[in-house]
Amino acid sequence: MQSQELERIARQIRLRDVQAVFEAGAGHVGGEMSAIDIMTALYFRVLRIWPDDPKNPARDRFVLSKGHTACALYVTLAKRGFIPEEEISTFLQPNSRLNGHPNCNKVPGVETNTGPLGHGLPVAVGMAKAAKLSGADYHTYVMTGDGEMQEGSNWEAIMSAAQFGLNNLTLIVDHNRFQQGAALSETNDVAPLRPKLEAFGWEVSEINGNAMAEVVPALEHRGDRPHCIVAHTNKGHGISFMQDRVDWHHKVPSREQYEIAVKELSETL
Amino acid sequence: MNAPVTAAKLYDCRDAFAETLEALAAGNDRVVAVCNDSVGSSKLGGFKSKFPERLVNVGIAEQNMVGVGAGLANGGQLPFVCGASCFLTGRALEQIKADLAYSNANVKLIGISSGMAYGELGPTHHSIEDFAWTRVLPNLPVIAPCDRIETAAAVKWAADYAGPCFLRLSRVGVPDLLPEGHVFELGRANLLREGSHLTLIANGTLTHRIVKAADILAGRGIKSRVLNMATVRPIDEAAIVSAAKETGAILTAEEHSIFGGLGSAVAEVVVDQAPVPMKRLGVPGVFAHTGSAEWLLDEFGMAPAAIADAAEALIKRK
Repeated sequence: MQSQELERIARQIRLRDVQAVFEAGAGHVGGEMSAIDIMTALYFRVLRIWPDDPKNPARDRFVLSKGHTACALYVTLAKRGFIPEEEISTFLQPNSRLNGHPNCNKVPGVETNTGPLGHGLPVAVGMAKAAKLSGADYHTYVMTGDGEMQEGSNWEAIMSAAQFGLNNLTLIVDHNRFQQGAALSETNDVAPLRPKLEAFGWEVSEINGNAMAEVVPALEHRGDRPHCIVAHTNKGHGISFMQDRVDWHHKVPSREQYEIAVKELSETL
Repeated sequence: MNAPVTAAKLYDCRDAFAETLEALAAGNDRVVAVCNDSVGSSKLGGFKSKFPERLVNVGIAEQNMVGVGAGLANGGQLPFVCGASCFLTGRALEQIKADLAYSNANVKLIGISSGMAYGELGPTHHSIEDFAWTRVLPNLPVIAPCDRIETAAAVKWAADYAGPCFLRLSRVGVPDLLPEGHVFELGRANLLREGSHLTLIANGTLTHRIVKAADILAGRGIKSRVLNMATVRPIDEAAIVSAAKETGAILTAEEHSIFGGLGSAVAEVVVDQAPVPMKRLGVPGVFAHTGSAEWLLDEFGMAPAAIADAAEALIKRK
């Protein structure tokens, strides 16, 4: 699938995501908008997956470590055929399997339960190590937030991935420069990430994570070391009034704002 | 029933764990040992020499260790994640909750040197909170074998069990209590002595002490039912209710805080289903002072004679 088509799908996912958050009255829309281009590229181009056989041992793995952006994952999985698209309307509703954070025992396509930050990367290291042990050729991808990199468990995992020689592991850091309460730089500035990861023995790429033409080749890159993509993104990308505004971490749009968002996203469909 | 306790020789249950794991690995190339620089203390030296590529040592990084275990299971491996119980359960509790129990990852946690096994090293290295921390989690069987035979049986059971579990082992020597060939059953207590005046319940390093206490009590004309209750969760409710109804009093003893451990788990069943007088022996909610594990157990009132005295006092409350 070419970039133009992927961009169109990403806009459709953005639209459905913001609708779901508006209807549910809760969600983490800012970090979903920043991450959707990467998730679209993964699920519609890069990952070797079978929606009708989600546990196939040969599947590539994707771990959404920033589990609070689950709604974007649900919309992507639905669009890719893992769950019914109409089920998105149950997001956060009583007894829905579409929890605020993804549940691998309920939602096909989810690999491990995330939510508390700093969990996905260690699990992804284990997935990649398992492939090395068994000789499987699947690739493991994991996406963290940039604020999430403040969790020490990530750095434990980063060290071990290099030690284990996991060239079958790709970490994508959604570097949207904002965390829940403030800018990363005003909180605990882990940037710049490249020299830190390189010092830990990783290969590092820096890309515009909202530009499909840069996202796809970075995800498809293979080398001889674990690979980190520092994806420079915009929180709230695609919706003018949300972009780069910290308060859109988990704010819910008003009806007026929602209509503006729908209009903006629909214009470019 | 009334299994004889004749063997005086003491065994380190870690050896039974290591031997069983190596035997499992010889027959199943998906068995993986994961550790935190604990090859020696987890007795994984033999495993390392036989299956070097299947020893995953993450270094001193328990959160990563448990997460890596979950990922290995996702990739089809059968990981046994081993580390000192104090660090494994304390440092990585959120990983145990989210990555293993909630995700239903097929990972076997092996907590080594639990309780006060690191006696003289002090309370930082004691693991007398791990029953409380782990048994509150859904979908995580919690098991403390009482001897080398039950340890081997529980490790074999864990390999066959589809899901996460926590085996809590010590390094303090214990005698054989269960018969050779014993098959571990999750949530099933073992009757070691039959009796009608009260019931003594323990697991891990305390089971042999309550057996000795029962012998002392027998000399005083008191017949004790003795239950080895390795599984703290799911607890054997039927055995507890029968003990309460048939013997009228229950004493528990454990190498753990009296808050939240085996005694608490037994008391929850007793209070709900068959209230009778109880006495819970354990570490009484303090950071222990300096001393060996065996000395500390004696100090906290769990020498066999002291257990027998506590049992006699309990019977008077019936």
